[in-house]
Amino acid sequence: MYQVGNLVKELTEKHGRLRESLMPILQGIVERHSYLTDEAMVEVAKELDISAAEVYGTASFYTFLDTKVRGKYVIRICKTITCSMKGKGEIIETIEDMLKIKVGETTSDRMFSLLETNCIGWCHKAPAILINDLPYTELSPEKVVEIIKGYMHK
Amino acid sequence: MINLTINDQKTSVPAGSTVLDAAKKLNINIPTLCNHPDLCIAGNCRVCLVEQKGARTLIAACAMPVAEGMDIHTNTLKVRNARKHVVELLLSEHRSDCTKCYKNQKCELQSLANEFAFGDTIFLDLVEDHPYEIDRSSPSFMKDDSKCIRCQRCVRTCSELQYISAIAVANKGAHQKISSFHDRPMSHVVCTNCGQCVNRCPTGALVEKTYIDQVWDAIYDPEKHVVVQTAPAVRVALGEDLGYDPGERVTGKMVTALRQLGFNSVLDTDFSADLTIMEEGTELLTRLKKALVDGDKKISFPMFTSCSPGWIKFIEHKYPEFLPNLSTCKSPQQMFGALAKTYYAQKRKIDPSKIVSVSVMPCTAKKYEADRPEMRDSGYKDIDYVLTTRELAVMIKQAGINFRNLEPSHYDSIMGDSTGAAVIFGATGGVMEAALRTAYEIVTGREVPFNNLNITPVRGMEGVKEVTIKIEGCTDDWKFLEGAELKTAIAHGLTNANKIMRLVRQGKSPYHFVEIMACPGGCIGGGGQPIPTSMEIRKNRMKAIYSEDEHMILRKSHENPDVIAIYKDFLGKPNSHKAHELLHTHYVEREQY
Repeated sequence: MYQVGNLVKELTEKHGRLRESLMPILQGIVERHSYLTDEAMVEVAKELDISAAEVYGTASFYTFLDTKVRGKYVIRICKTITCSMKGKGEIIETIEDMLKIKVGETTSDRMFSLLETNCIGWCHKAPAILINDLPYTELSPEKVVEIIKGYMHK
Repeated sequence: MINLTINDQKTSVPAGSTVLDAAKKLNINIPTLCNHPDLCIAGNCRVCLVEQKGARTLIAACAMPVAEGMDIHTNTLKVRNARKHVVELLLSEHRSDCTKCYKNQKCELQSLANEFAFGDTIFLDLVEDHPYEIDRSSPSFMKDDSKCIRCQRCVRTCSELQYISAIAVANKGAHQKISSFHDRPMSHVVCTNCGQCVNRCPTGALVEKTYIDQVWDAIYDPEKHVVVQTAPAVRVALGEDLGYDPGERVTGKMVTALRQLGFNSVLDTDFSADLTIMEEGTELLTRLKKALVDGDKKISFPMFTSCSPGWIKFIEHKYPEFLPNLSTCKSPQQMFGALAKTYYAQKRKIDPSKIVSVSVMPCTAKKYEADRPEMRDSGYKDIDYVLTTRELAVMIKQAGINFRNLEPSHYDSIMGDSTGAAVIFGATGGVMEAALRTAYEIVTGREVPFNNLNITPVRGMEGVKEVTIKIEGCTDDWKFLEGAELKTAIAHGLTNANKIMRLVRQGKSPYHFVEIMACPGGCIGGGGQPIPTSMEIRKNRMKAIYSEDEHMILRKSHENPDVIAIYKDFLGKPNSHKAHELLHTHYVEREQY
């Protein structure tokens, strides 16, 4: 669990304190810390003078605004039909095997989370994954091992 | 004006009206669920679909503004099929254990299902697939998501009327739910327990936590002496749940019914409302004296009333820095509770451990208040069980009492006498009016300078009312107030309370004394009152409260004989040491979000 510290204040200074700043502020926190803690959401509520339930309501609507503990690197694998046809199953098995976690879980060192996602628009280069904001495409089991190794040594 | 036809009947309505408004004008019934007259338009349940000639799709009557020449049909095959499917889809996600449900026969979804007379439905029952748990954490109400149809009346109530937003819409699609902050139990979030959401929930998803069985158990226990008190607003609303029109006073019949239910003593919260005025009025005058004569810098204004437990929890959460401004007086319910197991027990020579103290309130927050750890000054739990107006109606029906045919009767003595000043506690502005009737007379020796004691400027449904009273002709003890202008304000509904609190926080409040009630209209519009409620219904109840006041012989709290007696025999004088021990309390700062 991270401490949100001054980040919310910095973000509200950047984006403003109006209701419409809620999204960019939440995105800013997730960009830095991968997910939203209760403390962070309460801090946002305080800064914008809205209720914490409203902040949670908004955050929980969006898949990419996670309110559960996530690792530093969130791997999202496309679960839709093209990626499935092009071997997404094997990719999942490889990652699960490598990180010793199942889909939906986070490694105990909080480095990686493995999640499924709806279509990310890379059907022509399936199978595809996202690691945080970066897409990786035309994956094979070998290729994905190399990519994740790269993150392990970052 | 806009001209349109509905079912080939011509009508014209002002621009900005909805198709639903126009239909109402023509007495054409269109079913609704998410729509509520107190709340903004949502248009999310789709039960009110109608057909507009020339339009591609069906339209939601509650959300569609009228347009010139519109040709609307509310009873076509397409409309009926669509509505039927909408209701069926809602039912597929609704736990339909109707016969066992607390809202059985009072559920708007059930009535619609009944209207459409479903036999077999083509949709799956999806309720069993969800791991629903009922949230029973609040002492005031329960939240059962398996009965929720996500109409969001509760969410709009909590944000628009109460400025709390303790609940919001979370998740999406099939997972959408009405949730507190991160799904925490309702007892652990900023909820004020006001029950306005309960009052507006069309199904059994939000209901009061009922203590009916515990009260029956106490009544049937020969060892117990069960006393009951009834709040001022109950007597002008109870009738609605027993077949009367809104605004009919049923005080005497209610007292008879309570006696027939088996309560050992039927007493009146109005007695302790009068007592509240003595304590709170004295507190206000003492604060003014300390500030103006002694120059005590610690005394800050305005002083806030403390009768409404929803408001208390609101200020504890949202404006804790102003807790010292709250009157230390307990609410009338709790003053009554502390005295029932001390003064009343002594007078009646009853062992207080054998007394079960029940109150009937228009309020769900009172259940929470009775559970507060501060409320045990008698040495026991001062109030054992709180019933809402609705629960009392249920008990009357359970007992098979034919309410209409009851002979009216009077409250029992000792803590049963009351004045008109106490009755009006039930309406917004009532506490202020009662306080002014007494305080003005203490200071000047004369009655308040209003026709027939009716301080009309503090009355009515305006959200925030401001009234300034010039004090003239003070007696010797109060000369320091000569010519002073007492500035007061009154707010009802927490959104309005928040407007005043913003001024106070900004240092812009000119007020000395502020009355705040958590619910719209005051207690007459309380979360424990009969369902439905609307502005019109609240106005009728309010009219009944003032008519009850006008019919009382005594209309000033300090003239209540039971109040005079208790000061003489037991408490000494207002704000005495003993009064402080039993009738005053303190407050707790709580989490802000």
